[in-house]
Amino acid sequence: MRLSKASIAIAAAGVIAGAAWAETARADYDSYTVPNLVYRTGAYAPNGIPLANGFIDYFNMLNERDGGVEGIKVDVVECETGYNTKVSVECYENLKNEGQSGALVFNPHSTGVTYALIPKASEDKIPILSMGYGRTSAADGTVFPYIFNFPATYWSQASAFVKYVGEKEGGMENLKGKKIALVFHNSAYGKEPIKTLETLGAKYGFELMLLPVDHPGQEQKATWLQVRRGKPDWIFMWGWGVMNQVAIKEAAAIRFPMDKFIGVWWSGSENDVAPAGPAANGYLAGTMHAPGSNFKALEEIKTHVYAKGNGAGEEARVGEVLYNRGMLEAIFTAEAMRNAIKIHGTKDIRGEHVRDGFEAIDLKEADFDRLGLKNFMKPIKITCENHEGDGPIAIQQWDAAAGKWNIVSEWIEPMHDVVRALVKEDAAAYAKENNITPRSCS
Amino acid sequence: MELIYAVLVQPFVDMYLDPLIFIETVIKGLMAGVLYSLVALGFVLIFKASGVFNFAQGVMALFAALTLTGIMEYMPDGLPKWLTVIVALGATVVIMILLAVIIERVVLRPLVNQELIILFMATLGLSYVLEGAGDLMWGSDVKVLDIGLPTDIWDIGGVYVEQLDVTAAIAAGSLVAVLAIFFTKTRIGRALRAVADDHQAALSVGISLQQIWVIVWSVAGIVALVAGIMWGSKSGVQFSLSLIALKALPVLILGGFTSIPGAIIGGLIIGLGEKVVEVFWYSVHGGAVENWFAFMLALAFLMFRPQGLFGDKIIERV
Amino acid sequence: MLYRETGQFKRNYAADQQLFPIFQDKILLAAILVVALAIIPFVINDYWSKAILLPFMVYALVALGLNILVGYCGQISLGTGGFMAVGAYSSYKLCTAFPELNLIFVILFSGGCTAAVGVLFGLPSLRIKGFYLAVATLAAQFFLIWMFNKVPWFYNYEMSQITAPPREVFGFLVSGPQAEPAAQYLFVLGFIIVFTWIALNLVRGRVGRSWMSIRDMDIAAELLGIRPLQTKLLAFAVSSFYIGMGGAIIFHIWLGTVEATEAFDILQSFFVLFAIIIGGLGSVLGSFLGAAFMALMPVGLKVVLVDWIGMVPVTAKHIEFMLVGSLIIFFLIKEPHGLARMWQIAKEKLRLWPFPY
Repeated sequence: MRLSKASIAIAAAGVIAGAAWAETARADYDSYTVPNLVYRTGAYAPNGIPLANGFIDYFNMLNERDGGVEGIKVDVVECETGYNTKVSVECYENLKNEGQSGALVFNPHSTGVTYALIPKASEDKIPILSMGYGRTSAADGTVFPYIFNFPATYWSQASAFVKYVGEKEGGMENLKGKKIALVFHNSAYGKEPIKTLETLGAKYGFELMLLPVDHPGQEQKATWLQVRRGKPDWIFMWGWGVMNQVAIKEAAAIRFPMDKFIGVWWSGSENDVAPAGPAANGYLAGTMHAPGSNFKALEEIKTHVYAKGNGAGEEARVGEVLYNRGMLEAIFTAEAMRNAIKIHGTKDIRGEHVRDGFEAIDLKEADFDRLGLKNFMKPIKITCENHEGDGPIAIQQWDAAAGKWNIVSEWIEPMHDVVRALVKEDAAAYAKENNITPRSCS
Repeated sequence: MELIYAVLVQPFVDMYLDPLIFIETVIKGLMAGVLYSLVALGFVLIFKASGVFNFAQGVMALFAALTLTGIMEYMPDGLPKWLTVIVALGATVVIMILLAVIIERVVLRPLVNQELIILFMATLGLSYVLEGAGDLMWGSDVKVLDIGLPTDIWDIGGVYVEQLDVTAAIAAGSLVAVLAIFFTKTRIGRALRAVADDHQAALSVGISLQQIWVIVWSVAGIVALVAGIMWGSKSGVQFSLSLIALKALPVLILGGFTSIPGAIIGGLIIGLGEKVVEVFWYSVHGGAVENWFAFMLALAFLMFRPQGLFGDKIIERV
Repeated sequence: MLYRETGQFKRNYAADQQLFPIFQDKILLAAILVVALAIIPFVINDYWSKAILLPFMVYALVALGLNILVGYCGQISLGTGGFMAVGAYSSYKLCTAFPELNLIFVILFSGGCTAAVGVLFGLPSLRIKGFYLAVATLAAQFFLIWMFNKVPWFYNYEMSQITAPPREVFGFLVSGPQAEPAAQYLFVLGFIIVFTWIALNLVRGRVGRSWMSIRDMDIAAELLGIRPLQTKLLAFAVSSFYIGMGGAIIFHIWLGTVEATEAFDILQSFFVLFAIIIGGLGSVLGSFLGAAFMALMPVGLKVVLVDWIGMVPVTAKHIEFMLVGSLIIFFLIKEPHGLARMWQIAKEKLRLWPFPY
């Protein structure tokens, strides 16, 4: 009896050792783990669904077409958060060691969640891609080595909007005495651009009117009465979820000229304008990439994923603004993974390697052609210090009759001189409060 | 001093200087109040008849609106619009009645005679179930709800009035009228009132409690459908619709849990109060005070009338 | 058989008045403490800490607080989220204003601040009762959240999302990203043990009995010479103290960063109320059972549905919603007095088992 127990123990030890040996001896992973924090339920689901679909469809397409990234399958593990920070933290802890590679990158899809994950992910050496949202000062790569918020931050975007307005008013000097209202989601996210707009207001002499809207934003009559009363010349909106739809509808109801109403790029999807119907015609929104489904990459998703019945959503919705954005997240992630493999000369990459991959992102026109995204967006280059890129921003306009978005402006360069100073200041304050020594990038 | 001026004088000066906006604020406040009342009405009906504080009312509105849009999507395309709308409305009403029957069977009947808070919790559980079921069946995307309600505005001498709001007000008004007639003139209505007054006594004269509850929950379901249509036409039908229940709570405590006129008048007071304060005291508070102000307003009323404006007088005996 | 009290004699008053007079209870408690203190700290990892144990412990503390108010004193409150926010933000202000202050005192003081706020919002309870009071406490909820989001002083004039700075207690880092899960766990566990012990003693003493008499019938209690205002306000104060500590711990230990509008919204208030009703009103044990049920069941269901059955996460979420809802209804129907009452019944059964006659 004793003997048999001992032999079982030895056998078990042998199996474990064998398994461990197999683990170390294998050259490559079977798959990479790319978790995605999504919300297909809850108050923000209408926006969360296309984002999540674009992301997973692109990787499924890569798996079908190329067998994954550099021949290794990518396993996109979705975790349903319902836009809730506490659940997101649970998802993060659950997924960070998932699979052979561990989580290679996290997409929090919420500014609040990004704030919550920043310290932890930096500690666990897993990069966070908060593409065009999240903590603005994370653009400073010396203080936030693991956080990326390219192609442009909220502050850059706000400054680009001001530039656009200046152009439409016939010169920046004409901004003097103008009144700009900011209708914002009353949370850390919505409050992001205030500081920038205040700084710019002082510089160019326009007046800023702040109109907060509480979550979820179902009822905004008072806000728009305030607009009636204050008679702003332009309105900017930092909204998300149902707030966007109601705001556009209310703006139409007070006959505010839609072509003077600009939403942040999270307030400019098909979902947001649909309930307002024809009244939303002419509404403007920022964007980082071109709308529409007229791209080779999207065609490939259709042939490799949807034609085989593996699509995450409806085929008709491929090419919606938020779908394209989800796909763009996936593209950047895949590029960073390829860069990481190239830089480190191994396919056994982990989160910290992908970080280096992100910092090596340098996509030119030709690269976008290669990716099947001709004229999809402007070239982008990320460096160790600059995690934001130089993000030119375009303004798109809703054409209600045709039911599609069109880019109506040039690509606007943000006011880097103003924004970068604010970023430096805020990042330094964060570093001081949390005892972080900024790393050297040279 | 400046603060006192800003709080006590400036807003009234603004109202005087900008009468059009003031009138519009009042109108929009009252209209918003009507929409709150529509939700509160569902609460009151159920509380009156069964003593259940039905927190699922908001989710029921969402569920009803989702069902309506879902059915409309599945209707064949060739039919004329009015037919589609009527058939879909009819089907939704049937589903809401079925829901009432199921709720009564599964949730309420086993919980007869439990404490109020237990029943309240049961309805919270119910709201989880309905939320999950609604999303599972119809998906979480925004659905545009178009049953042909007017969405334009009237410009009356510079004062904008939304036609949808007026429609909602008319709908709420007729709903209350119908309910009033139903409660006072019909046999079932009288039975309902008897149950509301005293369960035991009603039982003893042969009124079937279960039957009454099914009827009340069905009526509340239909009220939820109307509320869901009005709110859903504005923002599209989506999950957030279920959160409108929160807007009805201050209305309820202000008007009293048991009074139908209370729900309407409470709604009007809350809507008016919060809009006027939000707009004209903006320079004092900087916006987004509607939510807590509604509750504070209700609280202030409660300090003088702890049972709400129209609620039954609370009599305490040892 | 398993749970037999025969032969356990009390020979003096002290023995008669001890917290756990029954031998079997002592063994069970000792076993739980051994597991909690001597085993878990050595096996805990990030996931168990952040996703399971910390949420459970924090919500247990908050539920305990709310149970004092709702279960023992009979005053329904839906302001829990707001009070948690008071705890979180006052602890943030305290620990940034006095960086040298030990985190233990930071959390205790923020409990104190919350108690003061709780008393303030408890004042209407003298006139307003039942559901009217419940909805009136929502005024506290919405006002407090608005205030923390609005007034920049509370978040030191930076982003409205506050982040907990790293702090050490007895040489161990318990707050901030580098903190070891075991240190964080033990830190919170210390609070739980001490304050559960305090609560157990409070509710069985004079104070607790006066709360219960107010709950059962306030007019009668008044006739007996219990002053309703003081008693109710004391319940609000003690309850808010616990809830405030819970909020501070959520901020410092569990999440590390919070935003008032999101972390402490109205759903939190409902969540905790759920926990105590499922667990058992007027029962300390019930607060723990309810917190376990509410905090752990979604995680458990997710593991079962997604990881084991392999369901699509979103469908799993919907089904999880429906299951949680149905389970709540089921438990309310089966045992309206909560899980604590079920445990009591189980003990009765165990007393006779295996010879029920």
